Amino acid sequence: MSAHDTTEPTRRDFLYIATGMAGVVGAGAFAWPFIDQMRPDASTLAVSSIEVDVSAVQPGMSLTVKWRGKPVFIRNRTPKEIEDAKNVQLSQLKDPVARNANLPSDAQATDTDRAAAKDKENWLVMIGVCTHLGCIPLGQQGEFGGWFCPCHGSVYDTAGRIRSGPAPENLPIPPLTFTSDTVIKIG
Amino acid sequence: MSGGHSSYTPSTGIEKWIDARLPLPRLVYDSFVAYPVPRNLNYAYAFGGILAIMLVSQILTGVVLAMHYAADTGLAFNSVEKIMRDVNSGWMLRYLHSNGASMFFLAVYVHIFRGLYYGSYKAPRELLWILGVIILLLMMATAFMGYVLPWGQMSFWGATVITGFFTAFPIIGDPIQQLLLGGFAVDNPTLNRFFSLHYLLPFMIAGVVVLHVWALHVAGQTNPTGIEVKSKTDTVAFTPYATVKDAFGLVLFLILFAYFVFYLPNFMGHPDNYIQADSLKTPAHIVPEWYFLPFYAMLRAITFNIGPINSKLGGVLTMFGSIAILFIVPWLDTSKVRSAVYRPWYKLFFWLFVANAIMLGWLGSRPAEGLYTLFSQFGTAYYFGFFIVIMPLLGLIETPRRLPNSITEAVLAKTKSGGQPAGVAAAPETRA
Repeated sequence: MSAHDTTEPTRRDFLYIATGMAGVVGAGAFAWPFIDQMRPDASTLAVSSIEVDVSAVQPGMSLTVKWRGKPVFIRNRTPKEIEDAKNVQLSQLKDPVARNANLPSDAQATDTDRAAAKDKENWLVMIGVCTHLGCIPLGQQGEFGGWFCPCHGSVYDTAGRIRSGPAPENLPIPPLTFTSDTVIKIG
Repeated sequence: MSGGHSSYTPSTGIEKWIDARLPLPRLVYDSFVAYPVPRNLNYAYAFGGILAIMLVSQILTGVVLAMHYAADTGLAFNSVEKIMRDVNSGWMLRYLHSNGASMFFLAVYVHIFRGLYYGSYKAPRELLWILGVIILLLMMATAFMGYVLPWGQMSFWGATVITGFFTAFPIIGDPIQQLLLGGFAVDNPTLNRFFSLHYLLPFMIAGVVVLHVWALHVAGQTNPTGIEVKSKTDTVAFTPYATVKDAFGLVLFLILFAYFVFYLPNFMGHPDNYIQADSLKTPAHIVPEWYFLPFYAMLRAITFNIGPINSKLGGVLTMFGSIAILFIVPWLDTSKVRSAVYRPWYKLFFWLFVANAIMLGWLGSRPAEGLYTLFSQFGTAYYFGFFIVIMPLLGLIETPRRLPNSITEAVLAKTKSGGQPAGVAAAPETRA
């Protein structure tokens, strides 16, 4: 007994620890597929980008498409709506950040940075999910003529920026490109 | 009492044969027949047994409903309607299951309030209490996922809002939400996994219930006086005394249950859930089931930023915190006296807490605006204040009433003032 009663680590101590570590790593490696399978699968990711033909959408008309299970509002804005949005000072905004996935994360929420493209500022494309608790706002309603969420009364302006109510952020703009003059690729 | 010697004596040959090989009848006899319980238990103590029956009822009705349900976004809503119209007795099984969830929560809330009133969480029953809080959490997860399965509008939007809570956390929030949903929004993968987990969790609850009852039988039951059992005259045998009392309480409870099932089956539901889920249209007013309303009110009460924490994250943390705080209740209460019967101030604050919880529930069903929000904020402050300020402080400054020396003394004092001869209630085990 006294031969083993030493403070020096023994070969056996090393083996115990090494076996234990191998067991922990093995258990972790075995557990990973069980967690990993819960993430969005290949078929879900495959439809993560869509192309939308917007040639039929005239100024003042909107289109709602489904992207990643969420509604995306595509609006061809009227000149008045663009002008209204441009006349808003940044200091009047609750959320001064553009929330535009195509721009740097610190881009400001000017109307130019909210619009779908530089030379296509009549197009506004955004995910139609209220940034408060996920309801779907109603279009062309509310005091700013933009969007109004019926759940908890958040009001967005004609550039989809939060102006009043409990929502914390502007409606987000998804990654998008114009593949031609009339086709928008979202995602 | 836990170390008490077994009084089980197998009489027949077959009983002796089994007892020598797998002493299960002995375990049942020692736990549910000869097991000594305090002689002064009132009907508030019947809810543990009621909850056990409700769990069995939910599992039974759930298993048969799963035989007719299809967990697919294209089929789910119609399969539930098929259960209601075509499946033999399907309407009753589904109403038993959906109203059973409400009754389950009703019973568990009474059970928890009883524990808070009589100080059941105090040493040596901390683990017993913590296991109970774990059961509550599992129940909430099970109920939430079950509500998604009929694939109605409330199912869909409730799931959207509740999984949306996780997006409040910076950086890890969105990946966690996608992990829960199996996609970027509530959809078929979500419905499938919720069905799988909804089937699994009740059995996990049953497992924790076994631990809960085990811990109960190690420490023994508390009782309205909060005084530990000291002698044999303080207790009666579980059967017939507690069994019959629990059974009578259960019968009354089941009458209420049956009233809802047969006369008001949709009273606690929401009409919007009879409209099939539509991912492009939000109902005007999203409300959770009634048993989540107090927590929903606290979620929405945080309309302001707290330092670096924005209002959305603050609300989510408040809601999770309202359950999490229950875990440390055994260490928040500093009083040496267990039962509120002998604590005049605690008794007052306790009933205020109950009234406050009911008020929060009502506020949770109202729109989040104006005075409703203000009162929700007061209610949230009292909810947390009760645990964080009142519980620790009251134990130090409150003067409790004089405690009787034993359960027997407390019972006899009551009986004498009631004008009955003391011999009637004394030592009932000798007359069994």
